[in-house]
Amino acid sequence: MSKPSDLVQGTLDMLILKILALQPWNGWDIGQRLKQISSDVLGVSDGSLYPALHKLEHRGWIRSQWKASENNRRAKFYSLTQLGRKQLERETTNWNRVSAAISGIVKLKEA
Amino acid sequence: MRIEQWFYSLPVRLRSVLHPNQADRELKEELRQHLEQQIKENVAKGMSPEEARYAALRTLGGITQIEQQCRDARGGNVIEDFFQDLRYGFRQLVRSPGFSALAILCLTLGIGANAAVYSWIEGILFRPYPAVAHQERLLALAGTARGESGPTPTSWPDFLDLRRNCTLCEDSFVSKITGSTLSIGDHAETAVGSIVSANYFDAIGVHPMLGHGFDPGDDVGDASHPVVVISYQLWRSRFKGDPQIIGKAQRFNNVPHTIIGVAPEGFYGTFVGWAMQFWVPASMEETFESGGYKLEDRGARWIEAYVRLKPEVSRAQAQQEISAIASRLETTYPATNRGRGFSLWALWQTPFNNAGTLLPTLEVMVAVVAFVLLIACANVGNLLLVRSFARRHEMSVRLAIGASRVRLLKQLLTEGLILAALGTTGGLLAAYWCRHALVLLLPARSGVAMYLPGEIDGRVMALSIGICLIVTLIVGIIPALQTRNLDLAGALKAESSAVVGARKKAWMRSGLVVLQVCLSFVLLVGAALLLESLQKIRTASPGFSTTSVVTTGVSLVAAGYDVPRAKTFQNELMGRVRVLPGVQSAAFARVTPLGYGSYSSTPIAVDGYHPPLEEQPTMEYNQVSPGYFATLGIPLLSGRDFTRTDDENAPPVAIVNRTMMTLYWGGQDPIGRRLQVKGSWARVVGVAADSKYESMRETARPFFYVPLRQDFVRAPALYIRTNQPLPAMLAALVREVHALDANLALYEMITLQEQVNRSTSPQLVAVTLVSILGGLALLLAGVGLYGVMSYAVAQSTRELGLRMALGASAANLLRLVISRGLRLTAGGVLFGAAAALALTRLLGKLLYNVSPHDPWVFGSALAVMAATAVSACLLPAWRAARTDPARVLRE
Repeated sequence: MSKPSDLVQGTLDMLILKILALQPWNGWDIGQRLKQISSDVLGVSDGSLYPALHKLEHRGWIRSQWKASENNRRAKFYSLTQLGRKQLERETTNWNRVSAAISGIVKLKEA
Repeated sequence: MRIEQWFYSLPVRLRSVLHPNQADRELKEELRQHLEQQIKENVAKGMSPEEARYAALRTLGGITQIEQQCRDARGGNVIEDFFQDLRYGFRQLVRSPGFSALAILCLTLGIGANAAVYSWIEGILFRPYPAVAHQERLLALAGTARGESGPTPTSWPDFLDLRRNCTLCEDSFVSKITGSTLSIGDHAETAVGSIVSANYFDAIGVHPMLGHGFDPGDDVGDASHPVVVISYQLWRSRFKGDPQIIGKAQRFNNVPHTIIGVAPEGFYGTFVGWAMQFWVPASMEETFESGGYKLEDRGARWIEAYVRLKPEVSRAQAQQEISAIASRLETTYPATNRGRGFSLWALWQTPFNNAGTLLPTLEVMVAVVAFVLLIACANVGNLLLVRSFARRHEMSVRLAIGASRVRLLKQLLTEGLILAALGTTGGLLAAYWCRHALVLLLPARSGVAMYLPGEIDGRVMALSIGICLIVTLIVGIIPALQTRNLDLAGALKAESSAVVGARKKAWMRSGLVVLQVCLSFVLLVGAALLLESLQKIRTASPGFSTTSVVTTGVSLVAAGYDVPRAKTFQNELMGRVRVLPGVQSAAFARVTPLGYGSYSSTPIAVDGYHPPLEEQPTMEYNQVSPGYFATLGIPLLSGRDFTRTDDENAPPVAIVNRTMMTLYWGGQDPIGRRLQVKGSWARVVGVAADSKYESMRETARPFFYVPLRQDFVRAPALYIRTNQPLPAMLAALVREVHALDANLALYEMITLQEQVNRSTSPQLVAVTLVSILGGLALLLAGVGLYGVMSYAVAQSTRELGLRMALGASAANLLRLVISRGLRLTAGGVLFGAAAALALTRLLGKLLYNVSPHDPWVFGSALAVMAATAVSACLLPAWRAARTDPARVLRE
């Protein structure tokens, strides 16, 4: 069982929220999107995706709904809640601050 | 979690608790769809359907594990999990009934011992008086005297002044224990009751179930209000529950009293240890107390009292106010009150009843039962470790199919909770069953109903539940520590064989055994110390002979004798007793040494002795008849005994003891010197050896004697030195007394040794309790050691067989196992001895002439421990020695 690295573990939640911010998706689509966006660099396995989704749902950041999908089969769709939107904003700000700081340090070393 | 978040997450949480199956189905469906999609994609890439399926499964990872992770992520299923664990735990217990029964028994003993001791503490020390209102604000009131360490009784006028002036007290009342004869038909029985202030029943909030309590004026005057409230028990037993009892007359000490009330059922009065049978107002004091009418005598200190503080008032505040009142009394009445004060005591420290005597024992018991509980927990922990080893396979499988370790821990804690809860239930039942057990440990006295109840109330329940939770944690975490190091791959393979004494796996079990041995060694040492000091205190010389002297008394006051008649009677009786066969000598004295009755006390002055300023020396003394010293075997060091001519017409004389001679005459022979007693001067005519007066534990103290005739009391105790057995002596004495007056009743006749034994009964209680629990601890430790050794032997049959095949003899193997057992024991004893050296100091007050570090005691505790250890190891060692090498090697 491949586990995402610690760095990804922290950011996985944020990525999922980000993906769902645009429109509701089902589990498979979210997985595909994650791979596309991160160009497989992050190595998020589908195995760790579902526990993460269930965790986010339990925190009240996303909600799920069974709806007909494109090929007309019932599938579980996840969408962002108000709370999730706020959480995403928080995490994005946080991320920006941390990454700015880190790249600052990295540049400092190069100089 | 913030409220906002609850708003969003609650529906999801509720759904997974209420419809767990639906949530699970949906999860499975979701994952199945994902898998299907993946397969479709793989096929599109050109794989065969079979290949596509396997690839998809690989990409996703273990489905079962993901499902479990998702369930864990949902997290909220605490309740669901708990019930599942509970069901599973019960199944586990039922599956191994032997283990369960043993574990529950251990915990029942451990928790039961705690619950019983806490219920006694609650029922005897903290809430000693059933039915009495607001006991938490009740304090005992005693007097103090400068230069005296212990509390003293108080006088009635002082009490009245205190009650009038104490603004922080809601109420205060007197309750002084007294005995009485009770004439029923033509025979007399003894009964025990209280002399109380008239406000007694109102102050304690108890309302008689029939009739009423006392009227405000009932405690004023001399013998002016012969009224009585009787107890429910007395009403049922003596008066057959007569509903028309109110207004009827009953003789108490031969004085007719009108019964004005019957106390409610479940009310036993306000004296820890004895159930009161009647209450009379203070105005009737002279009928029950010797020493004349005392309600107007500020110097006569005889009462015991209680105060109830107003809410929110602390004892320190009240003590401050009461001390101020006392010092005002000191200035106003210097003759009687110089150096006198009041002191307040928490109920559990009450100095004048059995609370004070049982307190040190119960304090020690708290520590003792904590030890027993720990030992029981260690035993159960050991049992659980054996089982968790057996359940390694089950745990590994559960881990392998995706259970988290937290989930396993929860499971183990739940199983611990089941054991602890059953043990607590059993323990509380045992405590309830034992609630009156303390009375059995105290020597019975005729005519007195002992009453020392345990009380299982909310506080004791809460404490027991607290213990239950702690036990749950202990017995749940011990096996969990074992699963922490679970090696999945190794555990799923066949069980490997261990070696005797293999360190790695056995360290925890061995550690628990060492702990058990250590704790039970401490208890053994404690029990042995107490036993040793009981032995010493019972065989120590009180300064008078105990074996061939009996004591009893005749209730002349009750029979209505006045002073001249009593004097005649005493003379006639003494004449008859002295010539009885087997009687060597006989005498009267007011107070029996080591008894409950208190000595007379008086301010004294001595020619040529100048006390420090501001100090009025007071001393206790006894009124004795000629022959007292010979009868009790107290040697006279110089001078002479009292004679029959030292009577009311002769000049006052006194005999002092050796300590008084040393303190007041610098060790010079005081014969012929003067001593002031109760304001008049007496000549010292003799010096007696020191003896024990109030307690076997007291150190040498100054004391003196005056002739009975010069300070007369009508109801002194009678002492007879005789070689006759007690029943024969009693029969002879009854004959003589009845020959003089057929209506007289004798008090209980006992030997002075019995008197010593009664006065040391708190020691007996301590010894019995600590010995029982020490024995229990030893047994538990023995079982623990036996368990560890037999398990070690069972696990290492292969190694033992090999050793035997290589030429080890049965004796070698026997030695191997026993020496391992003894090594564990030695470790435990080592720690135990260190702990005991530090802890036995706490026995302090209960020890008598025994050093808490007595080497003999430690030695004998070691011997007992070693014997126990060897016998616990014998059976496993014998099994090891009988290992059949051929069979073992074949397997």
